[in-house]
Amino acid sequence: MQQKPEPHREATDISNNPANAGLSRRVDVDALRGSHGAQTQEADLPICIDVKNLNLFYSEKQALRDINLVIPEKRVTAFIGPSGCGKSTLLRCFNRMNDLIDNVRIDGEVNLQGENIFDASINIATLRRRVGMVFQKPNPFPKSIYENVAYGLRIQGIKARRVLDKAVERSLRRAALWDEVKDRVHDSALGLSGGQQQRLVIARAIAIEPEVLLLDEPASALDPISTLKIEELIYELKNDYTIVIVTHNMQQAARVSDFTAFMYMGDLIEVGSTKALFTAPEKKQTEDYITGRYG
Amino acid sequence: MSTSRIPHHISQQFDNELEDIRSKVLAMGGLVENHLKKVLATLSDGDFENAEYVAVNDFQVNSLEVEIDSDCTDILLRRQPAAGDLRLVLAVSKTITDLERIGDETEKIARLILQLSEPSALKTYYVGMLSMGNHVLQMLHRALDAFARMDSTAAFAVAREDREIDAETDVIMRNLITFMMEDPRAISPVLDAVLALRALERIGDHAHNICENVIYLVEGKDVRHVALEQVEEELRQRNR
Repeated sequence: MQQKPEPHREATDISNNPANAGLSRRVDVDALRGSHGAQTQEADLPICIDVKNLNLFYSEKQALRDINLVIPEKRVTAFIGPSGCGKSTLLRCFNRMNDLIDNVRIDGEVNLQGENIFDASINIATLRRRVGMVFQKPNPFPKSIYENVAYGLRIQGIKARRVLDKAVERSLRRAALWDEVKDRVHDSALGLSGGQQQRLVIARAIAIEPEVLLLDEPASALDPISTLKIEELIYELKNDYTIVIVTHNMQQAARVSDFTAFMYMGDLIEVGSTKALFTAPEKKQTEDYITGRYG
Repeated sequence: MSTSRIPHHISQQFDNELEDIRSKVLAMGGLVENHLKKVLATLSDGDFENAEYVAVNDFQVNSLEVEIDSDCTDILLRRQPAAGDLRLVLAVSKTITDLERIGDETEKIARLILQLSEPSALKTYYVGMLSMGNHVLQMLHRALDAFARMDSTAAFAVAREDREIDAETDVIMRNLITFMMEDPRAISPVLDAVLALRALERIGDHAHNICENVIYLVEGKDVRHVALEQVEEELRQRNR
């Protein structure tokens, strides 16, 4: 048998070991509470959304308990956790979708680029233009493909055909849908397949150039191929947008996200780099959940 | 992270599959350990039958490696394991490579012994390796024990012993060199003894690697190519 070269055993700083790079970026939630931003400071990323001491009640029932979390800019952050853990509720805070529900009480802060979105001075329409959202079920308007994408621009008062044409094509291209629909952009959007409709909805969301894209189970109603297309799209879109995704599919979170937050019963249990969280989570609850054990 | 404390998977079948590869690794470890024991027995009492047995039976170790490797592939494919489960599959996959190499090195020593032109050479040149061999055997045994009990503290302790093995190797090597300097006719058999010594030392290295795999499995930390003391201290502070 061939002799293997002697392995190096000299002392090197453990942080120099590339295999541990993901681990050093891991952030304990408690550490995050004390000095918010530790998670991105270490990775040296600008912060897009900074959540501080967020509590949310549906009537008497508390759905979010003292959430502290930062969402780094132009990265994908995934929220995972069992049904009813509050991940969608937290996502919907980011563009104040919860305002539409009766008897919701929120305290704490959600700072978008340093500005608390719950401030009285915030214009909700502007906020939702900056923070776009895509839901589990594709919800195209019963209009043509073209009009769906142009809709947001039209209500901003843009009428020039040339501007609209350009924006529609650009958005559809970025949503990886252009090649499939370029010959029939004036056909009804309802004639598209589910996967195509979902990409259309994403095109509609990015047509107005938001800063943040919230995706609430964007692929759970789609077939595997369409799901992969959406994931590929997320990978492309993070160059331009901050993306927050809620998913039940843990493999999907592992595939598409840079950071993962695990929630359970309204608490944020653990947040960290996706690699660290999925290979060596710090909390036992996280381990039990992602490995499919009884908690 | 002891196995008994881990709650069961929702999928009982997955539990069984993980338990299955774990116990197969231990079976493979037992086999390799037994082969090393037999080779050492030949060194101590000159009974060549034991060395013969090892030379002929290494295939058992190899086929276990192939079997466990295929099981690991199966689990990765079907279960997409995460966290501790993922680390277990990775640690198993690396450990069986080390065990297979240990098997090869052991077989190599057995064949070198069997090739001796005159049995008296065994007493002269190989006798010094006996105590080191027992030390290596001990180390391997305790590395496998640390794996079975998922005990990272024990793994650290065993891993550190590899340095002692290296030091013992140096002493024996100097001794063998003296034989060659004294009598040129000894060069050929002593070179064989050097190869055997080298193989024994490599077994210690592989036992060390197994300990690193155990530490990765239990602590989620990759400790290859870093100073063990530093890692141990870091983990102690983290777990405090």
